[in-house]
Amino acid sequence: MRISSGKLLHALGLTAVVIFTLFPFFWMVSASFKTQADILSSPPVWFFTPTLQNYAEIFADTKVSGAIINSLIVATCSTLLAVILGAPAAFALARYEFRGKSDLWFWFISNRMISPIVLALPVYLLAIQTGLLDTHLVLILIYLTFQLPIVVWIVTDQFKSIPADLEQAARLDGADQFTIFRKIYLPLGAPGIAVSAIFSFIFSWNELLYALVLTRRAVQTAPVVATSFMSGYELPWGKIMATGTVIVLPVTIFALIVSRHMVRGLTMGATK
Amino acid sequence: MSEAATSAARRKPNRGYGRWTPLWFLAPAVLTLLLIGIYPTIFALVTSFRRYNITRPREGFPFVGFENYVNVLTDSTFWSSLFLTAKFYVAVLPIQVVLGLAIALLLHKPGMGLLKSLARVTLVVPLATTYAVVGLVGRLIFNRDFGVANQFLSFAGFGPIDWLSTQDGAFAAIVIMDVWQWTPFCALIFLAGLSMVPGEIEEAARLETSSKLALLRHVQLPYLLPGLTAVMILRSADVLKLFDMVFVMTRGGPGSATDLISIYIQRVGFRIFDLGTASAQAILLLILTIIISRLYIRLLYREVH
Repeated sequence: MRISSGKLLHALGLTAVVIFTLFPFFWMVSASFKTQADILSSPPVWFFTPTLQNYAEIFADTKVSGAIINSLIVATCSTLLAVILGAPAAFALARYEFRGKSDLWFWFISNRMISPIVLALPVYLLAIQTGLLDTHLVLILIYLTFQLPIVVWIVTDQFKSIPADLEQAARLDGADQFTIFRKIYLPLGAPGIAVSAIFSFIFSWNELLYALVLTRRAVQTAPVVATSFMSGYELPWGKIMATGTVIVLPVTIFALIVSRHMVRGLTMGATK
Repeated sequence: MSEAATSAARRKPNRGYGRWTPLWFLAPAVLTLLLIGIYPTIFALVTSFRRYNITRPREGFPFVGFENYVNVLTDSTFWSSLFLTAKFYVAVLPIQVVLGLAIALLLHKPGMGLLKSLARVTLVVPLATTYAVVGLVGRLIFNRDFGVANQFLSFAGFGPIDWLSTQDGAFAAIVIMDVWQWTPFCALIFLAGLSMVPGEIEEAARLETSSKLALLRHVQLPYLLPGLTAVMILRSADVLKLFDMVFVMTRGGPGSATDLISIYIQRVGFRIFDLGTASAQAILLLILTIIISRLYIRLLYREVH
């Protein structure tokens, strides 16, 4: 009897965890299927006739679809660049000892901690001077500041786990380091590279502060547009929640794919 | 035989094994970070010594020495904003650690395979949710008239709270949303710690004592401590960074009830356009962050040293 009550508590506890973690998400998705009248009803309704009206409206709205395309362009390009620049650096960090290596580590890890507002101010001024304000390029470049460290960190970890024998064998065959990197490390490190790319994508897709400050009309990203609905008297709640759902859904799926690596990604590998 | 092979390899031109080889691999990443990270930081440092208000370009941007820093350090709003950020940290951290540990213990306990995997997977959802969208959902949940938070309160027999228009209500609301988003982070870190306890030691301890508390204190705690350190340091850096969710939910208000440091600096820079002062504030924030990350590395990356 005692065992089964313990089991019951365990099951209840776990159910509570699931409800706790999913509730805001559930509430957003359910509001996205409500009419404005249902959303504004007090107290809130839990059961209602779902409508697709909100989704029809946001997909017809070129502002929202344009913003999602902007987010896609920025997140994809910056992620690609982060991998192209980061993977070779990870190779050097995994395979060589050199002076200043720990300083380099320190620098990469510090980038995880720095508040975006520190860079947003000068980059805003520099973007005005160079005419880069409100372009995809400025966002792609600034996003590299947090993507590169994450790529370098995760990929270095992966590269370190590749047995050195393989490299020895290739050396004996006369392969130079660039060939070894291309033919051994890139293919064998592919899983780590993929995980780091997904993290990069999630972080840049979710970013708001830089996008808010560095874009005007042309390249507003999805979070900026979702936020911009938040003004005026009667807020279009259904549209806002539908936009929120469209923004969050793809990154949630990505996150589920890399869920086993989530902790390593967020702590820069300090806890294994 | 292997010696012969090695010397044969040595006779070939030694392409790509020179002293400078690491440089070729590192240069692209390092140069990029120099250009987009260090150069703007230096630019901010220079700006912090100037009077730099872009709404008044006629005055030019003269160097004023440490004037901005003196202004910032004597600005009571700056200090109260830092104090508020500290208060926020002190409010969220214990809740996240205790709840996170409870969740980790639930997930570590044997049995309930399917439900446990489900719970383990759903933990990732809050962590991946776009911070700005968390703020949007927060505005809906904590609405005075049609928010579900007040409905829950009424189930428990409490009257409605005007969450977002009162000082305490708004602070509580951002604390709750942050707890929702980051408790899973603590839970996953603690879970990783718990799974490091060698199975036979845990089994033996379970036979010795039936007290879960004793097990936690004497067997599991040592494995949880590195994770706890990581949580404490990373969360402090994250709270100093926190902008998106709070900006969307409250814009720092009402009054200055949720005016955390990143929000305050953003306002000085991009609403008042006093970029000299804002840069000085940002540099001070940067120094604080560097101290925090030094600490993080000192305590958690033994292999690097």
